[in-house]
Amino acid sequence: MFKFILSKITLLIPTFLGITLAAFLFVRLLPGDPVTILSGERGISDERRAEMIAQFGLDKPVLVQYLNYLKNLVQGDFGQSISTHRPVVEEFFERLPATMELAFFAILIAVLVGVPAGIIAAVKRGRWPDHVLMGSALTGYSMPIFWWGLLLIMLFSTTLGWTPVSGRLDIINYYFEPVTGFMTVDAWLSGQEGAVTSALHHLILPSVVLSTIPMAVIARQTRSAMLEVLGEDYIRTAYAKGLPTWRVIGIHALRNAMIIVVTVIGLEVGTLLAGAVLTESIFSWPGVGKWMIDAISHRDYPAVQGGLLFISMLVMLVNLIVDLMYGWINPRVRDGK
Amino acid sequence: MSLLSVRNLSVAFPTQNGWFQAVEGIHLAVNAGDILAIVGESGSGKSVAMMAVMNLLPPTARITCDELKIDGQDLLAMPAKQRRKLNGGTIAMIFQEPMSSLNPCFTVGYQIDEAIRIHLGGSKKERLERALHLLEIVGIPDPQRRYKAYPHQMSGGMSQRAMIAMALAANPKLLIADEPTTALDVTVQAQILELLLKLQQTQGMGLILITHDMGVVAETAQQVVVQYAGQQVEKQPVFGLFNHPHHPYTAALLDALPERAPAGDFLPTIQGIVPGQKDRPTGCLFSPRCTHAQVLCHEQQPALVRQPEQWLRCHYPLNPVEVAQ
Repeated sequence: MFKFILSKITLLIPTFLGITLAAFLFVRLLPGDPVTILSGERGISDERRAEMIAQFGLDKPVLVQYLNYLKNLVQGDFGQSISTHRPVVEEFFERLPATMELAFFAILIAVLVGVPAGIIAAVKRGRWPDHVLMGSALTGYSMPIFWWGLLLIMLFSTTLGWTPVSGRLDIINYYFEPVTGFMTVDAWLSGQEGAVTSALHHLILPSVVLSTIPMAVIARQTRSAMLEVLGEDYIRTAYAKGLPTWRVIGIHALRNAMIIVVTVIGLEVGTLLAGAVLTESIFSWPGVGKWMIDAISHRDYPAVQGGLLFISMLVMLVNLIVDLMYGWINPRVRDGK
Repeated sequence: MSLLSVRNLSVAFPTQNGWFQAVEGIHLAVNAGDILAIVGESGSGKSVAMMAVMNLLPPTARITCDELKIDGQDLLAMPAKQRRKLNGGTIAMIFQEPMSSLNPCFTVGYQIDEAIRIHLGGSKKERLERALHLLEIVGIPDPQRRYKAYPHQMSGGMSQRAMIAMALAANPKLLIADEPTTALDVTVQAQILELLLKLQQTQGMGLILITHDMGVVAETAQQVVVQYAGQQVEKQPVFGLFNHPHHPYTAALLDALPERAPAGDFLPTIQGIVPGQKDRPTGCLFSPRCTHAQVLCHEQQPALVRQPEQWLRCHYPLNPVEVAQ
């Protein structure tokens, strides 16, 4: 087992290097530079400008800049944000809990709705529940997430007034110091009455928006995995044994279908973090997504690079966990090594 | 009264070009403790007919039947849910591919335990004892260890033994074995067959053995039904069938047995293939391949004539006996 994990981690090193290079080059391909943006509309003198460029090390050749960046990375230094002058690590991990909280609830909703929807569609294949569910899934998958978010805000926040438009908590009525950074947990720890409800109330709409695409993908993949499994010989055996239908579908078929579905869920976590960038902007959610957008508009090179690196590491970590889960779900993999 | 009685069972599947008649008006009667063999080529509707009895066919299949009774219970009058409960309890089935017939995600023990729990119930300890006992009587060495094994850790023969143990979980009165040895090594085939016969005797079960191996039939069955393209063409007690086959198809099958063929010559074969949906002849379904076919055979389909000891669907039977008219 340890060897297995080690071999997986060794594979991550080249991936990681590739990501540093991509992140480094992509931000520099954007038109404009941090100094122009920092100097504002009135501009600054050429001497001051050259001085600032040298200060950020942007006067050196790109290759030298990259090697310097790598050298610092190896020493655990992810650099300082150009716009706030604070370490990138600090800024990122301050905001990470907000994103993780949002992502956690989103994936929870996506799985709790997507998996049963996929099962029902597979069992009712070709009949109206299948068409309704898969039609909705296709719609959800095709919808631009920012537009969908705005539609929901218009309906539930503006017209019906059921949910708040933005933010993580009703700050007029509640205040507490962050402990974990997870608003729901902190609210619960604060012991203030109604705080948890308020946090959940703020969380619901962004989570639903963020969950839409993964939910659609999970539903479609669960359906196709179930359809494949339902045609297997062992399903016929289960019926021949006299098991009730719910047991055949919910236990014998689902357990096998989960092997595929878990992979999809793992992959969707990556999509989720990408989707979080848009969702957080729409709902003014103070997470890493919104922070990244701000960093990009400031051409804050170290922040964008650092953010991309951390997010990729998270995705890689999730995929590692998925790999490890295979062994638990699929007995054939367990003996494979 | 027979344990299983089936009268005029037909099964059709929808295809793009209309209905495909997989099974056409078959009859079966099996008494407790009897062994009935159903033989025929692939595509003759042997398995489909038995799956219809077990209600295992997809809902799109069109099944019609005049009578379907097991152990005195009328299956046609029964709601699907109640019928399902008879599966594994009164009537059990084992399949051709033991390796893929076991669920790869659960241990063999879990899958046997499931069958015991649903039909017999009992405490965890009682069920474990029963499962270990079952594994032992099907000849699986070290049952304690095999109970915890996953299907991929077992050989084909072991898997089929586990399938048999599972089928026997609730002491069924009738066991349907659908080509139980086809996917196994030749040496293992004999062992599994021997085991099935032994268990059939000790448990006093009825056994329906679906096979395309005439050798297996000769060694095991009492009654033999020969099926061709979804129709039953002949039924006889095993001795009569092997010595005086009446249907040319039966005779051709027997001639193709290596041990019956004249030494030093090519093994006789039956030319052509079983007719599919589109090339079904108007006359006797076997007529295009039949060496004895005459004009009438190509024009008119013979009816199945049923007499107590033998059934026959042929205009010009071989080895004519006094009962043929």
